[in-house]
Amino acid sequence: MRIQKFGGRRRGLALAAGVASTALVLGACADTEDGSGGDGGDVEAFEIDCSAYEEFGDLEGTTVSVYTTIVEPEAETQQASYEPFEECTGVEVEYEASREMEAQLPVRVQAGNPPDIAILPQPGLLNTLVTEYDAVLPAPESVEANVDEFWEPVWKEYGTVDGTFYAAPLGSNVKSFVWYSPSMFADAGYEVPETWDDLLTLTETIAGETEGAAKPWCAGIESGDATGWPATDWIEDMVLRSAGPDVYDQWVNHEIPFDDPAIVESFDMAGEILKNPDYVNGGLGGVDSIATASWTDAGYPILEGNCWMHRAANFYATQWPEGTEVGPEGDVYAFYLPAETTDEKPVLVAGEFIAAFTDRPEVEAFQTYLSSSDWANAKAVATPAGGWVSANLGLDPENLATDFDQLTVETLQDPATVSRFDGSDLMPAAVGTDSFWSGMTEWFASDRSTERVTSDIEQSWP
Amino acid sequence: MTTTTPQVPTVRPPASGIGSRARKARKALTSPWASTLAIVIAVLWTVPTVGLLVTSFRPELDIRTSGWWTVFGDAFAGEGVFSLRNYETALYGSSTNMIEFFVNSFVVTLPAVFIPITIALLAAYGFAWIDFKGRDILFIAVFALQVVPIQITLVPLLSAYVDLGINGTFWTIWLSHSIFALPLAIFLLHNFMKDVPRSLVEAARVDGAGHVKIFFQVMMPLLTPAIAAFAIFQFLWVWNDLLVALVMGDLRTFPLTVRIAELAGSRGGDWHVLSAGAFISMVVPVIVFLALQRYFVRGMLAGAVKG
Repeated sequence: MRIQKFGGRRRGLALAAGVASTALVLGACADTEDGSGGDGGDVEAFEIDCSAYEEFGDLEGTTVSVYTTIVEPEAETQQASYEPFEECTGVEVEYEASREMEAQLPVRVQAGNPPDIAILPQPGLLNTLVTEYDAVLPAPESVEANVDEFWEPVWKEYGTVDGTFYAAPLGSNVKSFVWYSPSMFADAGYEVPETWDDLLTLTETIAGETEGAAKPWCAGIESGDATGWPATDWIEDMVLRSAGPDVYDQWVNHEIPFDDPAIVESFDMAGEILKNPDYVNGGLGGVDSIATASWTDAGYPILEGNCWMHRAANFYATQWPEGTEVGPEGDVYAFYLPAETTDEKPVLVAGEFIAAFTDRPEVEAFQTYLSSSDWANAKAVATPAGGWVSANLGLDPENLATDFDQLTVETLQDPATVSRFDGSDLMPAAVGTDSFWSGMTEWFASDRSTERVTSDIEQSWP
Repeated sequence: MTTTTPQVPTVRPPASGIGSRARKARKALTSPWASTLAIVIAVLWTVPTVGLLVTSFRPELDIRTSGWWTVFGDAFAGEGVFSLRNYETALYGSSTNMIEFFVNSFVVTLPAVFIPITIALLAAYGFAWIDFKGRDILFIAVFALQVVPIQITLVPLLSAYVDLGINGTFWTIWLSHSIFALPLAIFLLHNFMKDVPRSLVEAARVDGAGHVKIFFQVMMPLLTPAIAAFAIFQFLWVWNDLLVALVMGDLRTFPLTVRIAELAGSRGGDWHVLSAGAFISMVVPVIVFLALQRYFVRGMLAGAVKG
């Protein structure tokens, strides 16, 4: 009995020693790894004017920590875009990204351990941080000057809470796009539609001329615990088109109820396409399959010829499978989701904002850099694969890598464009990230009526 | 030598007791129905893992467009396609190497297993064999700490670490895991220690052994299975932990789980890499479990006998 036990213990020790030595070997590897831990040096760096940061004094050797939701692979280009600033000032930017950042940031703020700068993925979080924790510092003058110079006033409003300007906008997304296959359109002799009526006519034509699993439209709104958000974008785009930007603002701010007739009409406008079994869901199934199809893959039937159109944001460009060519002559491209007439150009947008929690000079300097056109251009140059844009008016479209990114930024900078921020990001969390999502899922999955869905969401408004 | 002889009969009865129970259990379980049920349950429990394993070797587009079970049909038709691409992406697909996170996982896990066991052994010995005033109340208090959910302790603990100035070091994670593990560890080890016959401890005391000697020479050899069983529990818990690592840690201390959680990408579009990531992270716990599993079973039995 006893001998056995000693034997057992010795084996245990041997195992522990084995584990420890493995750890040592791995540790040694990691050390060499640290030495070469550079970043994509093959990317040509953008030149900026360093004199803008002289007013902040000598910043050599200081560190600024950044906390964000932008993880790999986008993190690499994000970090590369900080290099011109780091070279100018000698400041080291410590980049930390987490998909759990939106939950983690309030914890760190409460514990008295906030990062220097956080890149907030939506204004709702800024609102929470300001009103509940009083943690965000108002933007310094240099940042406000940059935002006044380079951004449409509407963007500044999104970074403002109760009259105080806190957060400068950073990158932007444009959601009002329809993905299609240029070659399929050309072969069938279809034109890119210019108005909403054109789009409906085209849809009808396609539905009449295709057979089998192929349908004019495909859509998917499954996204893990955020299932439903792609459908909220659809609705928001419809509200902008059928009711107009003013009603949109009232709707988002709850000055009109969620189940207002104008909103119900917008739902039905989307339903005209999305709930018509003749029009959806190309290559994926019936209307109810919209609720279960993953949003990341829902456009893939276009590549197989089973689907003609897929409404998705500009960042869907990076979701296509490897080897898919995105371009006017390529496998897929996108057109602007048309409005009722060609005179108006409402665009649904979203974007990130930078909030600062400390006021050291190097933090202010970095904030200033991020809100400048220098950063936007540096980021464009540092993103050779594309898939990124900003509504920063100082961004030179020439610096963007792809035709599609240029199209996106031209849409943003077009004087006719009326941009409105993604409404579900601005509504209270109980609606914007909860009942609106689940309501849309029910709308498709159980074919629930528009009246019931909208009144349920209205009930949940806090 | 004479002191060791009486031990033989005291050790043997439980062994034969377990033997007879095992015989009885074997008899009860060898009905064909029970065997079928066991096999069905085993298959049902393994299917998701097998599916994940198969998925991890499939190319991205296949994962997105068809189910993993279709590979068997495809393979039969000679069209099955497998690749190591997902593993390559998971291991080397970013600017930060996964090896660093692997090392961090070890650096986090080993002390987070060692510290609570060491403290819990000493505490359990105190609670079991040293008489002091308020012992029972204190023991119940420690035991009752188990009902505190760790989620509500996160913010206060983190602000305490920030005040202490140890934020951003491995200490925050080691301490947190130790704090969360101690109540259960003390309770379990205390029960094992109480199980040791009083006569054995008294005999050692008569021979002139103090607490230190009794602890190391009498208790420790008898407790090996219990310690190993708890060590496996704690190892698996800490290795697979994401919450504590994420809240208490920072860039320099993040273990493998944090990296794997990020694999899906900013918008969750790269979820096809997750299956490969999961298997990379699973390797070490599987090795540890296989190496220590006989202690695990023995430790569970010992706990069960105690009741």
